[in-house]
Amino acid sequence: MTAVLQILFDALSLGSLYALGALGIALIFGVMRLVNFAHGDYIAFCVFALLWPSIDAAAIVFIGKLPSLILIPLVIAIGAGLSVLSEIVVFRRFRNANPATMMIASFALGFVIRYFLLMLYSSRPKSIDLWSNLSLPIEIFGARIPLLQVITICTTIVVLLALTAFLKRTRFGLEMRAAAENFTMARMLGVRANNVIMLAFALSGALAAAIGLILVTQTGTVDIQMGVSVMLVAFIATVIGGLGSLTGAVIAGFLIGGATVLMQVILPVDARPFRDAFVYAAVIVTLIWRPNGLFAPKSAKQRV
Amino acid sequence: MAARSSILAKTVSTPVILIGILLIVALVALLVKSGPFNQTVIDIFIRVVLVVGLYVFIGNSGVISFGHIGFTCLGAYATAWLTIPPPMKKMALPGLPDIILNAKLPFAPAIVLAAIFAGVCALVFGKILMRLSGIAASIATFAMLALINQVYSNWERVTGATSSVVGIPINRSIWPYAICAFVVVIIAYLYAISRSGLALRSARDEATAAAASGIDIPRERLIAFTLSGVIMGLGGALYAHSVGVVTPDTFYLGLTFISLSMLVVGGMNSLSGAVLGVVILSTIIQILRWFEKGVPIGGTTLTIPNGLQEIAIGIVMIVILMYRPSGLTKNRELVWRGWPFRGLFGGA
Repeated sequence: MTAVLQILFDALSLGSLYALGALGIALIFGVMRLVNFAHGDYIAFCVFALLWPSIDAAAIVFIGKLPSLILIPLVIAIGAGLSVLSEIVVFRRFRNANPATMMIASFALGFVIRYFLLMLYSSRPKSIDLWSNLSLPIEIFGARIPLLQVITICTTIVVLLALTAFLKRTRFGLEMRAAAENFTMARMLGVRANNVIMLAFALSGALAAAIGLILVTQTGTVDIQMGVSVMLVAFIATVIGGLGSLTGAVIAGFLIGGATVLMQVILPVDARPFRDAFVYAAVIVTLIWRPNGLFAPKSAKQRV
Repeated sequence: MAARSSILAKTVSTPVILIGILLIVALVALLVKSGPFNQTVIDIFIRVVLVVGLYVFIGNSGVISFGHIGFTCLGAYATAWLTIPPPMKKMALPGLPDIILNAKLPFAPAIVLAAIFAGVCALVFGKILMRLSGIAASIATFAMLALINQVYSNWERVTGATSSVVGIPINRSIWPYAICAFVVVIIAYLYAISRSGLALRSARDEATAAAASGIDIPRERLIAFTLSGVIMGLGGALYAHSVGVVTPDTFYLGLTFISLSMLVVGGMNSLSGAVLGVVILSTIIQILRWFEKGVPIGGTTLTIPNGLQEIAIGIVMIVILMYRPSGLTKNRELVWRGWPFRGLFGGA
């Protein structure tokens, strides 16, 4: 029983990270058909914002020293700000470009952000002590679960509930959902394209900041590469969930997290190093089975 | 028959011009005669092979593939298995079958076998993946890349896991690389004007009409996927012989994105775009590298800080795409209709 609980919490907390990432990517894809490869670099940027720029090996903690109540909103604002800025400076000019061009532009932007960080902070991973007491285990029904896992899961649930409320209950939310369903039609009915797209970018950047904070607390290190792996799984989750479906993206994020943890447990010891290979094979099988994703919205049906 | 020969006559100037451009690059390298510059030019030829390999599939089918660098990885390791001296192999990679463990092939057969190996793998993967299209196909190819990378990063006894595989004989002459680049350009050109290439491009531009005209889209895609797998494998083998060391992470996201960027910046639907994208972006990168080292201008040395080179190349790419969303060539081919090709257009 305790072992099962342990696995459940592992799966949920990993799935939470993927779900938050997938949501950030799906929000932008919904309104703009842009697959944003700079998302992982937003995550890294938010984490590096905790430190004062220096190329020394030792990290000089800067924003990271502030009390949590100020720190968390500040980092989230940085993420949202960076994301909106990239929309205004770069992506606004690509509104009518084809998806491949937009994708490469977003990759190029990510490249610029990454090397900007590298120039300021050097490529060495640095250690930082942010809320390290959160990794102490607490006991739930006899299983010892790191407090951070519980917090990660709770945060994700709160974020998801808040976002659902926002999308279902407010005017902006309604506009965003309309835009995700059919952007041209929404514009004709009076939805302001710029506002909706900027809002989507702001939310996406805020989610990136949240992922960054969780990652840095989990690992205790700051690394240029840290956003990449989450971002990649998040992409896969977005597609598996059905592009354009926010719910699908979240569920698929949790499914991939769950599958990863489950593979770790059930695979024979010899095959365990290949765990991720099995997960990716499962992804391919899922796509063959359901090419439009598990929860494809009606609007996403392909012609032919 | 008449229709076929006319498409050849109308377009044959394209590969000739492109090979001419590459020949100029090779001649510049011969004139400069500096070791590091020689290596830069070899890198350009390898990039040409890789990006043209991407073009064969992406350009003709219109499906963005993130997975092709996986075949490059397969090709690079295959040539490593075949060419590393047997005593070293027995130490580093004891899990290989005996026949490979005792093999010591020269450069040319090794890279050909490596390319064929990658092609066979592409055929197997393609058989599964090519029924997908659009973004699902892109993500599935990406999953394939990650799968190959995970297997090669963890299969200790056969690939040496994440540690570098050393001892691959290094070939420093530019000609083998140049010749491979020429051959690949010709293959890509011939495929593009072949029956399958034309069918695939018609499916890219208007899938419904193409399917209604009796084109078996998955089959044509599979042909292009396999052929581009062979070319990517060749590129990987060449890469292995140019530096002598391979690791799985060399052939992962970084290389995937830089090759895709070169293709898209050049113009992803044209062979000229693939070649020019490589040549132009590589030239800009090289110039920025010189500035990083310091260039004397009018008595003072102009130096840009480290890391600015990558930032500048990213900005250059964004600006090019802003003003030319279809790439530098606008997806058109370079053609020359004057002498000596004029005679070919007699009937047209």
